[in-house]
Amino acid sequence: MATETLTGAQALIRSLELLGVDTVFGLPGGAILPTYDPLMDSTKLRHILVRHEQGAGHAAEGYAAASGKLGVCIATSGPGATNLVTAIGDAHMDSVPMLAITGQVNSFAIGTDAFQEADIVGITMPITKHSFLVTRAEDIPGVTAAAYEIATTGRPGPVLIDFAKDAQNAKFEFSWPPKVDLPGFKPITDPHGKQVQAAAEMILKSHKPILYVGGGVIRAGANKELLTLAELLHAPVTTTLMARGAFPDSHPQQLGMPGMHGTVPAVTALQKSDLLITLGARFDDRVTGDVKSFAKGAKVIHVDIDPAEIGKIRHADVPIVGDAKVVISMLIAELQAQMKSAKPDYEDWWVFLNGLKERYPLGYSETDDGKLSPQYVIQRIGEMSGPEAVFAAGVGQHQMWSAQYIKYERPNSWLNSGGSGTMGYAVPAAMGAKVAQPERLVWAIDGDGCFQMTNQELATCTLNNIPIKVAIINNSSLGMVRQWQTLFYNSRYSNTDLNTGTDTVMVPDFVKLSEAYGCLAIRVEKIEEVDAAIKLAMETNDRPVVIDFIVGRDAMVWPMVPTGISNDAVQYARDAAPIWDGDE
Amino acid sequence: MSTQHVLSLLVENKPGILTRVAALFARRGFNIESLAVGTTEVEGVSRMTVVVSLDGQPLEQVTKQLNKLINVLKIAELENDASVARDHMLVKVRTDSSTRSQVLEAVTLFRARVIDVVSDSVVIEVTGDSAKCQAFLKVLEPFGIKELVQSGAIAVSRGSKSMSEKVLR
Repeated sequence: MATETLTGAQALIRSLELLGVDTVFGLPGGAILPTYDPLMDSTKLRHILVRHEQGAGHAAEGYAAASGKLGVCIATSGPGATNLVTAIGDAHMDSVPMLAITGQVNSFAIGTDAFQEADIVGITMPITKHSFLVTRAEDIPGVTAAAYEIATTGRPGPVLIDFAKDAQNAKFEFSWPPKVDLPGFKPITDPHGKQVQAAAEMILKSHKPILYVGGGVIRAGANKELLTLAELLHAPVTTTLMARGAFPDSHPQQLGMPGMHGTVPAVTALQKSDLLITLGARFDDRVTGDVKSFAKGAKVIHVDIDPAEIGKIRHADVPIVGDAKVVISMLIAELQAQMKSAKPDYEDWWVFLNGLKERYPLGYSETDDGKLSPQYVIQRIGEMSGPEAVFAAGVGQHQMWSAQYIKYERPNSWLNSGGSGTMGYAVPAAMGAKVAQPERLVWAIDGDGCFQMTNQELATCTLNNIPIKVAIINNSSLGMVRQWQTLFYNSRYSNTDLNTGTDTVMVPDFVKLSEAYGCLAIRVEKIEEVDAAIKLAMETNDRPVVIDFIVGRDAMVWPMVPTGISNDAVQYARDAAPIWDGDE
Repeated sequence: MSTQHVLSLLVENKPGILTRVAALFARRGFNIESLAVGTTEVEGVSRMTVVVSLDGQPLEQVTKQLNKLINVLKIAELENDASVARDHMLVKVRTDSSTRSQVLEAVTLFRARVIDVVSDSVVIEVTGDSAKCQAFLKVLEPFGIKELVQSGAIAVSRGSKSMSEKVLR
């Protein structure tokens, strides 16, 4: 094999190029300086200089979530590395394929409390799929290739490479491909045939099944298979927060999102079902509410690529370990064979479900203070942008409304921080998505609280010609926290006022702030201005656009199941529980 | 009711593996009773014997989580009746001219060994299952135990099968 003398730093850049990486988000510093030098010469790697390492992390996540490819971020040692922690934790919770590269102090200085030293491998151990500390240059090709494989294979997740400075500088004979030896890493993608058979039998015996679809279906790229399966069975589908877009919202079998802020039909269908066909979902507490009373009468088929998810929260009657795409394909074939003799009949089930859909559609009332309804604004953004756009949300009320009121028709069009609930995700994630898919319209739908956590990346967007659109749903407060204070703390608003609304001191003024960052900035206060502003944003592509939508602060997210209680107690609106007449 | 399980892990001998295993137990709230680590007959592969007590949590969840660690090659639970487990202890016991002979008698009875003697103490080495070791300690207690060091259990399955057979390709 031909070899070439390279430094460790050159080898890292070369390895990333050879693995097909085309973009890295990062910010240099002392311990990663040697790597930034050859990075400057690379024609295959585009480096995007962020303003804060957390932005690099979320941008890598957005890049990965929009494209399905590995997202890469890079930072220096110590504080550079610790600034990545939030994004790494976020990627871990939402199974995002991510590679985080950090510089580390010289290997002989590790453990001496050297300048900008942090044990980032130790710090990130519980929130990475795996991590490597590299102290010898010759290990770099193998480690980089292994990190790539671990991050992108099986259940995706973040992998960290911590790269000592002297190893970046040392020279060695580089050759490719390296030997990747991971004897302890063997993800199971092909399911047990007998389990698939048992699942098919159980489905055909059920009378009230529901496809409970999680983010795993999106990560596996199994949306087409899911559509075929759902239509074959004519069974209802619910898509979790992480799975919005896995199944078209326009489809008549779609019940919407389950869980704490799920639709009444979805929440109720799960509660009344006799069989949960669980695909790449993990029975998150925001979906189940009180676990003991969740879908009490249902048997469970649980499909997941991660064996540790099965039985973690809820016992699985038919556990199936495997890749969602492979499993669903096999299940379709098995069902087709078995359905020759036994056709499922879910007629009565659909009468019940359609009744719910009719009586309890998503809805909202106008605000009391004459300000814009946040739901209306978000709905219009979705309608005007269409299903080919990408929507990244922050965390809180605007995130829930975006999950509810935008209609998703394709996977990877909805990006959010589901498991971690990381405020500040939207702007950098939208930036990463726009870099991955420059031809798409990319929105960050953000709250006034979230926006203030990472808006410095607007500078990155302006300077690097990444024309994202940001819609600030500005209710001048930490809205979701305020909603809980309204409902559970006697309207005592402890520290949730942000003073960004037009009837406050407006610190900061988002329009001025965005203009300072080189964006086109628009403030919208009246309903008749909404469409024009969205249209202008969509037409402006020479710079980022920020729209400051001034919305009513008392708007709340409904339906809602308060934490820790049964999903049977879902409230359609405040103090309004659905009435289960016609209950079977 | 907490129950004890003996888990045997084959792991790649890579930096940080002990931390990864220990941290996983800590994070999931599982209690480690003892932990013993050493190299094996295969180069680069270490073996950990973990005695864990579970308060109602299923053992399966622990082993699945451990299996997710990239450097873990294989996990087996060693059941009491199909395996042998041994502890190793070093005990420093206070002695004087009047008590030394009684201590030495106990040493003989328990098939332990004296490995260091000075005028006012002895160091005793004993190997055995956990029940034997505990019984021995009870006998020594009245004389005054100055120092106690235990290895934690190490365990191996009975019969000719070896845990590393299928792991090594």
